Amino acid sequence: MKKNLGILGLFFVVFIVTAIANPSFINAYNLENLIRRSSLYGIIGIGVSFVIITGGIDLSIGSVIGLVGCALPWLMITHEFPVAAAVPLVLLLALVIGLGHGLLITQLRLQPFVVTLCGLLFYRGFGRWLTSDATMGFGRDYEGLRKLAIGKIPLGELPFIGKFNLPVPFLILLVLAVVAAVFLNRTIYGRYLLALGRNEQAARFSGINTTVMVVLAYVICAVVAGFGGLLFALDSNSIQPASFGNFYELYAIAAAVLGGCSLRGGEGSIFGVMIGAAIMQLLYNSINLLGIPTTLEFAIIGAVILAGVITDELVKRIAAKRRAVLQARQAAS
Amino acid sequence: MTASTAPAAPLLEVRSVTKRFPGVTALSNVSLTLGTGEVLALIGENGAGKSTLMKILAGVQEPDEGELLIDGRAERVDSVQTAQRLGIALIHQELNLSDNLDVGANIFLGREPLKRGLIYRQKIREDSAELLKRVGLNVSPDTLVNRLPIGQQQLVEIARALSINARVLIMDEPTSSLSTHEAERLFEVVKDLRQKGVSVIYISHRLGEVKELADRVTVFRDGRNAGDLSREEITHDRMVQLMVGRDISQFYARKPHNAGNVVLKVEGLRTPAHPDHALSFSVRSGEIVGVAGLVGAGRTELLQVLFGVDPAVAGTIRVAGQVCRMSSPRDAIAAGMALVPEDRKQQGLVLEMAVRTNIGLAGLKRHQKSGGFLNDAQEGRDSAAMIEKLRIKTPNERQIVQYLSGGNQQKVVLGKWLSMQPKVLLLDEPTRGIDIGAKQEIYSLMEELAEQGVAILFVSSEMEEILGMSDRTLVMHEGRITGELQRDELGEEAVMQLATGNVAAATAG
Repeated sequence: MKKNLGILGLFFVVFIVTAIANPSFINAYNLENLIRRSSLYGIIGIGVSFVIITGGIDLSIGSVIGLVGCALPWLMITHEFPVAAAVPLVLLLALVIGLGHGLLITQLRLQPFVVTLCGLLFYRGFGRWLTSDATMGFGRDYEGLRKLAIGKIPLGELPFIGKFNLPVPFLILLVLAVVAAVFLNRTIYGRYLLALGRNEQAARFSGINTTVMVVLAYVICAVVAGFGGLLFALDSNSIQPASFGNFYELYAIAAAVLGGCSLRGGEGSIFGVMIGAAIMQLLYNSINLLGIPTTLEFAIIGAVILAGVITDELVKRIAAKRRAVLQARQAAS
Repeated sequence: MTASTAPAAPLLEVRSVTKRFPGVTALSNVSLTLGTGEVLALIGENGAGKSTLMKILAGVQEPDEGELLIDGRAERVDSVQTAQRLGIALIHQELNLSDNLDVGANIFLGREPLKRGLIYRQKIREDSAELLKRVGLNVSPDTLVNRLPIGQQQLVEIARALSINARVLIMDEPTSSLSTHEAERLFEVVKDLRQKGVSVIYISHRLGEVKELADRVTVFRDGRNAGDLSREEITHDRMVQLMVGRDISQFYARKPHNAGNVVLKVEGLRTPAHPDHALSFSVRSGEIVGVAGLVGAGRTELLQVLFGVDPAVAGTIRVAGQVCRMSSPRDAIAAGMALVPEDRKQQGLVLEMAVRTNIGLAGLKRHQKSGGFLNDAQEGRDSAAMIEKLRIKTPNERQIVQYLSGGNQQKVVLGKWLSMQPKVLLLDEPTRGIDIGAKQEIYSLMEELAEQGVAILFVSSEMEEILGMSDRTLVMHEGRITGELQRDELGEEAVMQLATGNVAAATAG
């Protein structure tokens, strides 16, 4: 928790500044939207953090989201599959994709960057071919299923905000985060992942089946991305095969990095990733509400992430130096 | 300024140098002098501070205190380039050649003569040929370095040092991977250089070669000066005494062991590194078996195959009578084996994790609670027990292993395995790079484990360690076991003969 204080501080600073500068920021409608979007991105961020913890990367997330976004309405609308078959099928598709990544990386020893880059291209192309590049959607049907993404739970009147409804994706995010955090920090498998992310060889020499664990990380990432894709699709209800989910892998990776995952592996906090995803959406929102030209939005988000990472690195370096001095003093005495 | 009437200053003087690293003082107030055309042997156990001093001389690191004088003038050696300008060249134990380039290119790497902005190949070729002649190496400058045997590659390194007009040549364990013949050739070159006025700091564990080559010996122990020996004082016993700081027989707390049943039995084992040679041997419970040999003899490869890191090409491994297929370290651990690897930082530890986490790493599966949950309490008990038993010096069990000294890091690796209560303990260079106190603790721990009936197989490149610790010694040479020496046959000469493949001489002696 301590290492997330910095990013948590950043979140509150941007939040308060925006709230003061533009009172409409804290109206219920805006906040609900912000929470819903943050939750959706937070979900895929948690997925990719498992891969990042192993020292790997997954660039295919956006295309997996695109493919699931295409396949779900393609199955349900075009081919009239029932929900109970279509949903498991698209999740299975994601699982197979993750399994493929994991096997290529561990068995053929291909680099994760290359494997998932090829995935990025392949799934996008496949999705477009499947749908003949036609925009997909669920129309007015499937109200029940769509509640997963756009549903809201009324919380009644809240101070300052007014009548507030909690978006359902936030609850999904919470459940996923708790499961992920327990898995990572309380089970031997989470410990395996953290250990092999730091030093794969030492983990293997300690009797850990590192191959299985790496494959598992890619499967988790892809399945969570697939589930995220399902939610994004239900949320937008208008899926352009060529662009749906584009760049989402980068948002997920940025959220994970902002949240304290090191791309060198072995480090990561689920709570941090949630905050990381929230900060990115908050920045979008702030840029809009503060009247900053939206053409600058990428530049600003890029700058803020860079600043965050630099600060984090400097803090770490100062801490290491202080520790070294302290130890030298102990050794000298 | 030195007065002109004063006696000539030594070529190189190290004056009261101290160097600290986090958690350890590597050098404490050490001094050393080197005259022109002198061969000074620098000896000491692993962790005595020899390599740190070398790095300081070669400009890789700077001292925290003290100074370096060259021709009596204090110099700041802040980079490798500065050291080279001052005429100091370091020849690493692991050679630093680009083996995809040819000999000439290696000699002039980074200092290529140019003609019209392009590399002047003709000049490289001519100058290299001249330098190669000086080190007595009869190969063409166009030969690719990876075509040369190790001994000749080393001569290329020396030629490179000469090409910068080195006046001080520092050689770190130059014979550790050479055959007897290659080593003799090297000695000739060193003697020849000495005649031409080049000074050599010669670092070696092989006391025999020190005796042959050195004009003077400086001994380090625990980062301090332990003594100097002039030419006539150099004897094997004096050197060992200064290195170890006490009588050798007290240092290795060896008691006779009662070997029990055969626990590890290896038959016809072929490793991927040396598939042509089948290895067979056994280790009894309560027995300490040493594996001696030169670097590259296939000892580490043998342990890694036994532990399932690399697959065996052929052969059987029996642990307590059961044939075991070791296809991964998991299998080996399940069979009751443990490996303390040579490369502690890469293979033994997750450096960024806590002492406690590292100790618990191998036992996670064994102690897990249902559902795969971590058994925190067990991990805590194990780590507390190991910190106490092995006297691991750490502020607390949550300390990150990286910040411990080498000896304490090694104890963490040992703690990880002892908490698994292995039947067979494989140790690969268990005391490399650790201080003398921790070393002795590791020796007594090996004794204690043997007494409890653990079968111990340990690889060591330190002759004293092999002689001091093993009940029985297997000697390897180029992937073969060239001999097996019982306790009463064990001697430095016999081990060296077998290690260099000279089986006839060993058995005759």
